[in-house]
This record gives sequence, C-alpha cells and structure tokens, in this order.
Amino acid sequence: MYPPNFDYVAPTSLDEALAALAGAENTKVLSGGMSLIPLMKMRFVRPTTVVDISRIPGLDDVTDDGDHITIGAMVRHATTASHPLVQEHASALAEAANGTADLLVRNRGTTCGSLALNAVAADQPGAALALNATMHAASVRGTREIAAADFFLDAMTSALAPDEILTKITIPKGGVSTYRKLGRRGGSSDYPIAAAAVWVDVSDGSVSDARIALNGVSSTPYLAVGSAEALVGSDGSADAIASAASHATDGVNVLEDLYATVAFRTHLAGVYVRRALEDVLA
Amino acid sequence: MTESILRLTVNGALHTVVTSSHRTLLEVLRKDLDMTGTKHGCDLGECGACTVLVDSKPMLSCITLASQVEGREITTIEGLSDGPFPDELQTAFSELGAAQCGYCTPGMILSSRSLLDTNPDPTTDDINEALAGNLCRCTGYVAIISAVHLAATRTLGRAE
Repeated sequence: MYPPNFDYVAPTSLDEALAALAGAENTKVLSGGMSLIPLMKMRFVRPTTVVDISRIPGLDDVTDDGDHITIGAMVRHATTASHPLVQEHASALAEAANGTADLLVRNRGTTCGSLALNAVAADQPGAALALNATMHAASVRGTREIAAADFFLDAMTSALAPDEILTKITIPKGGVSTYRKLGRRGGSSDYPIAAAAVWVDVSDGSVSDARIALNGVSSTPYLAVGSAEALVGSDGSADAIASAASHATDGVNVLEDLYATVAFRTHLAGVYVRRALEDVLA
Repeated sequence: MTESILRLTVNGALHTVVTSSHRTLLEVLRKDLDMTGTKHGCDLGECGACTVLVDSKPMLSCITLASQVEGREITTIEGLSDGPFPDELQTAFSELGAAQCGYCTPGMILSSRSLLDTNPDPTTDDINEALAGNLCRCTGYVAIISAVHLAATRTLGRAE
C-alpha cells in the first residue's frame, strides 16, 4: 500500500521549509511520519506537497534556557523520554513519551509532531497542557507563541495554520508533574482509554497552584479547571484529592467507543486523576 | 510528482535507486533491491514485521519513506550475518525453535540486536519492552525471549 503520490521536498534550512509551505497548496509537514504516513496510506489526508523538516539543522535539541526548557521540532519520543532535562523539569512529558506506542515508533516519532497533529487520545497534548507549554510557530509571515491552553482545538486540529511549522516548545521550570494512563490493551503502551497529566506546586504544606489535564477522555485534551480549583489552597490530603478527582469531567462531552462506555470512561478519568495526584503529592 | 535518485546505504553498501517520493523504505528494499528478508505485514506500523535498523536503532520501514533515510546507515536482516557465519541471535533463535511461521523473525532479531548492542545483559522486562512493537501472531514469545537471553549469555561468556 502506497500513500498517494506527492511532491517531496527536504529543505536544509528553516527559511526554505517555510517558503515551500507558503508557496504550495495542500501541504503537510513531515517530521517522524509515524502518524502522517499511515494517515496518508489510509487516504485520510492527501497532501500534494510534503515538507520533510528532518534535514534542517538545530531542530533536534533539548536545551536548558534558565527558567524554562526547550524541545525542538525534531526531538524524537525516545529522546524526550530519556533526556535528563525533561525528566527533571517536565516529568509528565517524559512519562508520556515513554508510554507512547512502542520503541519502533518512539525511535522516529517526534514530540512536536504529536502535538501538532493532536490525534484523539495522543499522550503528548495532555502533558503539554498540564505543564503549561508554549508552542512556537513559524511561517513566512513571522513567528508567534501559542499557549497550550489555546492550541488543541479539536480532534486532529491544532491552532497551527497550514503554512506554519511548530519549531519548538518551551516548558517553564518549577512544580512537580506526572502522567498516568490506561492503555487500550492495558498497561501503558498504546493510545489511552483515559489519561491524566497533573502538575502541582506545593509551598508551606499547601497546594499553591495546579493544572490537571485529561486526554483520551474527550475528542480533544482539556484542562479540568474544576479539579484544579478543588485542589489549590488545600493541604493535598486524600480528601482534597478525592474532591479534585470528582470534577475530572465537569462540563465535558465524554467519548464512547468500543473500549469504554461514557460511564466507565467518566469513572476512569476520576481514577487516573486521583492516582496521578497521589503520586505527586505523596 | 517527484521522481528522484536516492542513494541508500544498506548493509554497508551504497545503492542508487530511481524512485518516486511516495514509496516506502520497505517497498524499495523488497522490490528495487530484492532484499525480501524485511517482511511486509500490517503496512501501518502496528506489527513490526518490517523492522530495520536505521543508524543502529530499530524503526518501521513500512511507514518510513525511502527518501527520509537517504544518507543513513540501514541494516536489514540480510546484513546481520558475517558472511556464512550467522549472528549470535540467529543461532540462538534457530537452536531454540524461536520461530513458528517465521514471518516476525527478522524484525524480532533486529530489535533484539539493537537491544543487545546497548544493553548486553538485559532482564526479561528489558526484552519485553524492546520487543513490544514486534508482534508474533503464532504467539511464540516464550521461546523468542529465551533465545535473546541465550544470545546475550553466550556473547557475555565470550567476552569474559
């Protein structure tokens, strides 16, 4: 099975890549291709031009930039999972990367590619929301920053314009985070049936700030605002965690599919928020 | 649509292929280079039968365009033996009967090769994790995992 034919360009500079995207209709950016190529084979997407960004130097670094870390567009899941900077400052994202699919996919697929695609239930978007990541997009029109909270619009839809490349993400340091999920075949591999990414900042024995994100629960990942509100100002006790977990799907249209009914998935959302919070507040 | 000349380094040899941009590494290996050891399974990156090593790391050739790996070192199952001498993993798989239909075997062996190259003394958990993307529809996993242990033990024994 082939994907439909297309023009393939592999620029060696960002400017060339942006020009290629601006100069053609119906383009797609190719980084690892672990989602894009299957989608093309199944004819869900049919770009006429594919812009491979893997030969652009400088996009595959994870760097320490003072009050934040930066993850470049070509950083593969395997690197995100094992990189000491990500493990120290953004452990929810490292854990999400480590539980994504299998090693064969993690060796090629990229963190930014997964974010840009926003596949239903993908691991990375939930972690990016909880960590308050900033998305850095570039096009021939210039660069812009998009907050994670404004980035994941709907299933397979992000705030990126067709001529933009997600060149990097930045994640502020501070706080503690984790990612917990139930995969479709049990365990942590495969897409989650339900997953929670949580970030908390604790000072003087109370939770001073929190963000709780869920993915796999609705058509796009979301911040459970009610859960965070229930937690902030509390002592992080079991009661506070239970209260936060009870708000995990407030106001959300919970998915139903062959893996879980609405009732079961709603239950799972609370369970995974609770487990993740127990982990970071232990 | 793009028809291009690709220079692919496969098992240490440089091959020049004229192909169109939509073709996968798997198709080019099997049809243009006649290297049919790499198997064509699910075609969507689920099963791992198409596993090859790219710069020593296992990857899925069925969802990788040939164009993407130009200039990389590609290793297929044909490149694992040293002339007539099989790789330690091939010997162990053969001795323990760690193949039933054999279709997953090249991928299993290449994923295992990459594991042992970076982790010469893996635990069973390490092996399970490394082979999680390689499915065996005959469900012969027990013998496969034993074979990886055996190859690791023999390699370590020789190193001592």
